[in-house]
Amino acid sequence: MLEIRDLSCLRGDRLLFADLDLSVLPGERVRLLGPNGVGKTTLLRCLCGLIDPEEGEIHWNGHSIRSEREDFHRQLLYIGHSTALNDLLTPLENLRFTCRAGTDQVEEQACVEALERIGLGAQIDLPCRALSQGQRRRVGLARLFLGGERRLWILDEPFNALDVAAVADLASSLDAHCAAGGIVVLTTHQDVSFSHPGRVVDLAGHAC
Amino acid sequence: MLGPFIAVLRRDLLLAWRGRADVLVTIGFFVVVACLFPFGVGAEPNQLREIAPGILWVDALLATLLSLHRLFAQDHADGSLEQLLLSPEPTVLWVSAKVLAYWLTTSLPLVIAAPGLGLLFDMEQGSLKVLCLSLLLGTPMLSLLGAVGAALTLGLRGGGMLLALLVLPLFVPVLIFGAGAVDAYLGGSGSDAHLLLLAGGSLAALVLAPWACAAALRIAAE
Repeated sequence: MLEIRDLSCLRGDRLLFADLDLSVLPGERVRLLGPNGVGKTTLLRCLCGLIDPEEGEIHWNGHSIRSEREDFHRQLLYIGHSTALNDLLTPLENLRFTCRAGTDQVEEQACVEALERIGLGAQIDLPCRALSQGQRRRVGLARLFLGGERRLWILDEPFNALDVAAVADLASSLDAHCAAGGIVVLTTHQDVSFSHPGRVVDLAGHAC
Repeated sequence: MLGPFIAVLRRDLLLAWRGRADVLVTIGFFVVVACLFPFGVGAEPNQLREIAPGILWVDALLATLLSLHRLFAQDHADGSLEQLLLSPEPTVLWVSAKVLAYWLTTSLPLVIAAPGLGLLFDMEQGSLKVLCLSLLLGTPMLSLLGAVGAALTLGLRGGGMLLALLVLPLFVPVLIFGAGAVDAYLGGSGSDAHLLLLAGGSLAALVLAPWACAAALRIAAE
């Protein structure tokens, strides 16, 4: 369970939002809404522990994410704006590296299968600089198929640059993760059809 | 526990191999700068022999500086740094792996190239050996201190110049004991004290620098 209490975030000198309270139960999907610049990405990075909030606390399963950082990060899968791909490495090498750096024990074969499933079977041995924007996005998202152990998925605009079929496939993966008791927190500006609507949090209501 | 350490080390070594032109440029710089000195100070063999250790040490320091800003820049730009910071294992682990990979791909080639350049300055066998040993023991400290500077200036505008200003003063002790080792050997007092000090400095940096680096990277990622 993810709990946010009285959260306020600064970006530069500006207070983005204040007094945000939210608790997310296992199996829930939360979509953050709000115009550009309202602080969606900042909130997501705050939830990951990449940014320290100005005020307030974030708890995961009853423990502060700062004091129990290692346990929390074992449960967390974050896919941000940037794809975290090195141009000189192939999609397979990139994916394997991201998994191993996050201490996921994954076999090479599982990485290959994840990339084939997301539609990059033919590009496995190409350097990432040869991939299109949408394909790069997919390499990052392939991690979702290997992160089944991780309960909390935090996704920043995961549907960006994806084609229609990939969007539908990703939506069903998110549904499956929630059905298995996981939590998804995401932002998106696209209308995506999920099997159930999920919760929507409008950050504009907390903006300063 | 060592998973991220090995993953980062393997990846960075692979990246250095894929981008080996960068490594060659650093060695090329090292060689060219050393070759400039005889033109500047005159080709008098005794004088060159005397100033060679100092020249090669300053040269190694500048070559290190030249490539230092690359240490975290790519990972910061493409978002890999965020993913690494979210690794459950301690940040110091993979930071150490990055610095080790950097030392292996940048400083070690300089140590290997140094004897050749020493011959160019007509250094004799014994002092060449001391010079190489001093570089071998001193360059880890350069890499570690430099990594702290690189992490502190990450993402800043004009970070390269700031990095130089920040770390060059910190390199001074390494330079004094590094170049001093050869002088002490030639002066007959033995180079052991200098070499031990360099080794001690490198060990101290190995213990402290990764922590400072990790803290600076966390700030840079905000």
